[in-house]
Amino acid sequence: MSPTRRVVLAVVATAIAGGAFFACRTVPATTLAGGDAASKVYVPPGSYDEFYSFMSGGFSGQVAVYGLPSGRLLKVIPVFSQNPENGYGYNEESKAMLQTTFGSIPWDDSHHPELSMTDGVPDGRWLFINANNTPRVARIDLTRFETDEILQIPNAAGGHASPFTTPDGKYIVSATRFSVPIPNTDVPIESYKQNFKGTLSFITADQPGKMDIAFQILMPGYDYDLGHAGKGPSDGWFFFTTYNTEQANTKLEENASKNDKDYVAAVNYKKAAACVAEGKAKTFPSEYDHNYTDPKSRIATVEKKTSVKLLSPADCEGVAYYLPTPKSPHGVDIDPTGEYIVASGKLATVIPVHSFTKMQKAIADKAFEKTVDGIPVLKYESVLAGEVQKPGLGPLHTEFDGKGYAYTSMFISSEVVKWKLGTWEVVDRIPTYYSIGHLMIPGGDTKKPFGKYLVAMNKITKDRYLPTGPEMAQSAQLYDISGDKMKLLLDFPTIGEPHYAQAIPASLIKDKQVKFHSLAENKNPDAIRSESEGRITRNGKRVDIRMIAIRSHFAPDNIEGVQLGDTVYFHVTNIEQDWDILHGFAILGANTSELILQPGETRTMKWIPTRAGIYPFYCTDFCSALHQEMQGYLRVSPAGTTVALSANVSKKAQQQISAPAKAR
Amino acid sequence: MSRLPRVLLLLASALLALMLATPLWRIQLIAPQYPEGLGMEIRAQTVHGEREHDLDNINELNHYIGMKRIEPESIPELRIIPWAIGVLAATGALVALLGRRRLLWAWLSLFAAAGVIGLVDFWRWEYDYGHHLDLEHAIIKVPGMTYQPPLIGSKQLLNFTAESLPAIGGVLAGIAFVLGVAALVIASRAARRSRAA
Repeated sequence: MSPTRRVVLAVVATAIAGGAFFACRTVPATTLAGGDAASKVYVPPGSYDEFYSFMSGGFSGQVAVYGLPSGRLLKVIPVFSQNPENGYGYNEESKAMLQTTFGSIPWDDSHHPELSMTDGVPDGRWLFINANNTPRVARIDLTRFETDEILQIPNAAGGHASPFTTPDGKYIVSATRFSVPIPNTDVPIESYKQNFKGTLSFITADQPGKMDIAFQILMPGYDYDLGHAGKGPSDGWFFFTTYNTEQANTKLEENASKNDKDYVAAVNYKKAAACVAEGKAKTFPSEYDHNYTDPKSRIATVEKKTSVKLLSPADCEGVAYYLPTPKSPHGVDIDPTGEYIVASGKLATVIPVHSFTKMQKAIADKAFEKTVDGIPVLKYESVLAGEVQKPGLGPLHTEFDGKGYAYTSMFISSEVVKWKLGTWEVVDRIPTYYSIGHLMIPGGDTKKPFGKYLVAMNKITKDRYLPTGPEMAQSAQLYDISGDKMKLLLDFPTIGEPHYAQAIPASLIKDKQVKFHSLAENKNPDAIRSESEGRITRNGKRVDIRMIAIRSHFAPDNIEGVQLGDTVYFHVTNIEQDWDILHGFAILGANTSELILQPGETRTMKWIPTRAGIYPFYCTDFCSALHQEMQGYLRVSPAGTTVALSANVSKKAQQQISAPAKAR
Repeated sequence: MSRLPRVLLLLASALLALMLATPLWRIQLIAPQYPEGLGMEIRAQTVHGEREHDLDNINELNHYIGMKRIEPESIPELRIIPWAIGVLAATGALVALLGRRRLLWAWLSLFAAAGVIGLVDFWRWEYDYGHHLDLEHAIIKVPGMTYQPPLIGSKQLLNFTAESLPAIGGVLAGIAFVLGVAALVIASRAARRSRAA
């Protein structure tokens, strides 16, 4: 079946199921957000939100930062997609960030933001996010809200179960959604069962600039969907959901939905690391790129990597177990105590909860059903802590409030269900608008949830906002979970598709913000630090123009001597040392994006003029009262012209050059 | 002189010496775009921004109105003031040692004269920066507008509110002078009492 038809069918099924569910409801939608909701989300002008919330941009490839509880969009951070708005992935300094062994990729699909952790709680240093299509993980620095590092994941396709972190922040993971031949070679697709494998990658992530694949575990050819690390007693274990344990390779919608139970894979990663240290892993040739932006030069470079350590579970006894779980489980979420493993079966009629204590006992008792590729399958009853009965339809993800309650998103019945850990009884439910995917409670996947709010991230908005043609924005809904009953507070549209989000108290981030880059420490080799250093140089057919931007002019601003056939590099340095004073640079006919220059930063535009004539350039970021005057001209002459190379600097700069020491 | 006025005088000299290590005056500039303010500190030896790049940014903004750059190396007084303060502190200590009331009179007069000269000079520089504008290159020209910040107090200069107040060093100078006057009063009363007796 074509993807389109699958989507259509899924939507029809959703609509029928959702319709049947809503038919039972009597509460009119208009009364759902009422009372003091407005005052709870009102952040007066000039006041700050309580939380930063990082929402994945989904198919935009980026991360959007919203304030909570206001729902105000604070920033879009470019990560896996080119961003003409600020030149990310276009200018010469940042191009390397999007490099892969497949070449430069201008786009990806970002799914799961993950805050870095220390001792099982977010520390506000970094945000990680995965690329789902061409598997990669990125690290965003939270003092600058910029992507500093991207690591490609080899031997993988569909990096969906990613980039979840261990409580100590040592590793983040990336597991393959698609199993593929490893190494990836030309085989018949029908040979799926013989040739296709999955991998679980453990990535060292605790040192900036040194992200690397510590090891990969070779797994049976299922689809690995999501993962979370254990904590407390289960620290040292990682849990991944699987579907398609049928190992179907066609019409998965039906053929991967046959088994009553799939698995949660429980991986003892500390044991895996020990086995790797003992030399039990193979050194497996694998090409992948590691891209890193040095914070001093702000120039990205690509490091070519050539191998990984690949570990087979059969060579490391006790590294992995399968926990049978109904049915096609999606999210796997560990409660704050680390005892309960909640797996949400998309097609299950219950939410099964496994017990880590029982799992350990089952392993000790060897209560195995069978063994798959060296991985023992534990008996369902021997690991089950309990089941949440009649939770709703289509459970996907669960987070926790730290007060003994779990909150599960229900895609098909479009609602959030609150239930009690231990008794497994449903205590409250509230509709979402519509078709909720992930939900998020600030710190809701950590040892110490901050609680207070819950954010639902929805796929369909239909009638929620003023219509905008066939494609409507996706959305988020904010709920107050401080009381017994969940209350809807706010509903706001989002960029791209917010698959998942994380939130952190603003106090952990806001006072660490960089306000400008030190010009004195600018290590870009083409940086200049004053107007008088502005110049133009020729080397064969290459022309380099070093230019400063400051309120409200460029220097030089009149450039002559460029010829057809030349390749021109504009190296523009914003020499301001003042917060939020940015400049931009664009020139007529350039086949690339503008440059946006943060204070103290150097950015380079490559330009190959194609016609002789005069080319105006100007500042694109409204910088000052005379922003509109911040402009200049570049003259392009025919090849072989006698026009001399010249770059006029301003009168002020000429004075600086002629009398540098004199008081001005 | 008895012990108390000498101690007060020594204290005044110590405070004067401390002035060399503290900012004397502070000019704050606050505008809608600069809610956090730009600040300039005047010390005995130099003028600098309150934060690392404040002075550069003040100069950058001043180019719009044609004000010349504020550059500490072009202000000769900044080479003299530390000596003046040092001499005042040293002579104060010396007067305390010698304990002669007449010398104390002389010292206080010197102190007062130095203070007045300093403030007049400061005002003169403010006047110079505020009035002698490079109108040929000034970008923003408001007829009749000058940009002299106040000596003490606040004043609206286009979008900026300029606020000028003594900083720790300036306050120390004031206290030192009061201590000097107190020493003189006590010494004079003691002298009158001894004469009466």
